[in-house]
Amino acid sequence: MIMYGLGILAFSYLSGQWLGETLGQLMGIDANVGGVGFAMLILISLKTWFEKKQWTDFGFGIDFWNKMYVPIVIAMSASQNVKVAVSSGILAVLAGLIPTVLLFALFPALIKYFNKN
Amino acid sequence: MQIFEKLIDKNGLVFAFLVIAAVVFVSDWLSKNVLKNKIPGSAIAILTGLVLAYFGGIISGGEKGISDIELFKGIGFMGNSMFRDFAIVATAIGASWAIMKKAGMLGIVSLLIGVSFFFLMGVLMAYIWGYRDAISLCTIGAGACTYVVGPVTGAAVGASSEVIALSIATGVVKAISVTILTPLVAKRIGLNSPSSAMAFGGLLGTNSGVAAGLAATDPALVPYGSLTATFYTGLGCLLCPSLFYLFLGWIF
Repeated sequence: MIMYGLGILAFSYLSGQWLGETLGQLMGIDANVGGVGFAMLILISLKTWFEKKQWTDFGFGIDFWNKMYVPIVIAMSASQNVKVAVSSGILAVLAGLIPTVLLFALFPALIKYFNKN
Repeated sequence: MQIFEKLIDKNGLVFAFLVIAAVVFVSDWLSKNVLKNKIPGSAIAILTGLVLAYFGGIISGGEKGISDIELFKGIGFMGNSMFRDFAIVATAIGASWAIMKKAGMLGIVSLLIGVSFFFLMGVLMAYIWGYRDAISLCTIGAGACTYVVGPVTGAAVGASSEVIALSIATGVVKAISVTILTPLVAKRIGLNSPSSAMAFGGLLGTNSGVAAGLAATDPALVPYGSLTATFYTGLGCLLCPSLFYLFLGWIF
């Protein structure tokens, strides 16, 4: 049943976002703290629990959105404010690009360090 | 012609499906036949999206890329944060609970390193550029984290609107850089496992950049990167206007 999967996904998403908003408010900041992360954890827990109960009739509704992910990201890219990024001066370009490139360069060393500890 | 416009106006989202499908088709064809599979089709499609966004912004003078053009406003709806986050949550269905738990500590450490690193680098660049006051330095440093942390911090510490705009632009450049660079360097930097994706999400943070970069690299890694990246903006909004700002206040 497509609607079961969709319902489970919607439930996980909304509870996670609610947790994220609440956490943000408790911290006194105007941002959602980890809403998507909480939602994913809720979804995985629900899935594990349902599978233990031998109920697996919900995969399709979730899988559709799983596969819609890349097209949505393409649409998102096409709606970004790329113009301001290109036209607002060299400082924005440098401060956005250089740290990113540096972090990419440091990434293998960091991973190695993480794996040791 | 009028019928056509009316039709698109009524069915913007469906038209967006058609446009994105065309973008994907052309990108896959280019990837296979011109680039010999060296760059994945999804990476080209996302890059094409950014190019469309640029021209959309030039033509319309708006802030939301191609979706500010009336005909393509459905693309903005399709790519809004609700659909994006909903789809990201759905990717978790293929993720493993055990791996996430095992890499949890790694995620927290990489988040702390990531936010501090980008903030410090942003402050350093702004300092070299000539800014000397703690408020501007802090705002631009926060912008180097993400384009949400920048304006939130700027508003909290009382930065000028010019500096806030600069911090948003800095964050957007970061998101675009991550989007473009990730699929190109993924193999070389060892971004190929769930735990490295979790560290990656925590270190880079920028939600849209990490989401798009990992999607173009290997969709199986998306849930792991997003799991940590989703805490990045919140952590940045927490640290930048408080602890980091106090720190800068001491020095300047």
